[in-house]
Amino acid sequence: MSSTNDQIAWNQQPLPAGAAQKSVIDSVTGEIEDKGFVVANLDKIVNWARTGSLWPMTFGLACCAVPMIHAYMPRYDLDRFGVIPRGSPRQSDVMIVAGTLTNKMAPALRKVYDQMAEPRYVISMGSCANGGGYYHYSYSVVRGCDRVVPVDVYVPGCPPTSEALVYGILQLQKKIRRTGSILRG
Amino acid sequence: MADETLPTEIAEPAPLTALEQLVADVIAAVPAGVIASGRVVRGAEAEIFAARDALPALMTMLRDDPRFAFNQCVDLCGVDWPGRAERFEVVYNLLSLQLNHRLRVVITTDAATPVPSVVSIWASATWYEREAWDMYGIVFEGQPDLRRILTDYGFEGHPLRKDFPLTGFVEVRYDPERQAVVYEPVKLQQDFRNFDFLSPWEGMTTLPGDEKVHLNRITRE
Repeated sequence: MSSTNDQIAWNQQPLPAGAAQKSVIDSVTGEIEDKGFVVANLDKIVNWARTGSLWPMTFGLACCAVPMIHAYMPRYDLDRFGVIPRGSPRQSDVMIVAGTLTNKMAPALRKVYDQMAEPRYVISMGSCANGGGYYHYSYSVVRGCDRVVPVDVYVPGCPPTSEALVYGILQLQKKIRRTGSILRG
Repeated sequence: MADETLPTEIAEPAPLTALEQLVADVIAAVPAGVIASGRVVRGAEAEIFAARDALPALMTMLRDDPRFAFNQCVDLCGVDWPGRAERFEVVYNLLSLQLNHRLRVVITTDAATPVPSVVSIWASATWYEREAWDMYGIVFEGQPDLRRILTDYGFEGHPLRKDFPLTGFVEVRYDPERQAVVYEPVKLQQDFRNFDFLSPWEGMTTLPGDEKVHLNRITRE
């Protein structure tokens, strides 16, 4: 079974619909019907589980929260990627820093990040979170949220479109798959 | 018919408008010296310049007198004029819902002189006075809760003063060794650049080919 996995590079890239995808599904279904179980690589199962349920911490700081909310709503529907916004850092896998991070908010942002369980990821959304943006020279704004938390994916824009955020989440999924380690480090 | 509606005659000196009448009434209602001057700005905004010490009596009169009935203090803010002897202005925007008129009261002060608080007249003034204290350092005497409201905890300085540097004095970052967000003196990678906004694009009123579109605008100007 593992040799088959290597050949089709399962979970590295999503398979397009077609004969190749059908053969994979048929082989898995057939194996379940035949033996009652499927043998797979643990790290790939872990990656599949992680990428398939990236629950984001709701952290809308400013106007960037509006396209983020749009991305959750039915038109873009992040739910189909397993992305369900959470109200608690204990249940979250990824924090989307959407908006201007001020000096006053920085300790709170770090505290929320510290409360998230490993593995945890951070998406920096918009110019202000990426590098201060319009408020780069302000007395009260952090010049990039990467001064406070480690950032995995930067989504540019002021504000980024909802599509850009969805693309950023897909990039994060790709990064998780590519890293492929069980312990993050 | 269309010709008759055209303004062919020059208007005579008009009687006082409602706002001018309001300003005149307010000036007449208080002792001389309380209000230095009053005017109507842009034909729509009544404005009076008052003496700082007489503020509580003036404001109480403006609220309680049935001719004025300013039941709401919708806004209170500061202005910094560094060149003046008393560098700060405090601007009160009052609204009367019953009589549907507004009034702007302006007083002056400096960093050391306290301004009488209007919190006993309009309870809504607390947050505005805290904001004016936070941003300009204007002290309000009689305000029981004069704390900062917007800036960071432990912030030093008053950021909307003209002599406050744009970038401030401290910035934050996470220090992995101390496991905390720490404050450090500002160190900029690139200095703030003051751009010259007189660009050739803004100076050009008519683009080639757009003459017909811009014709109206040019003749009006």
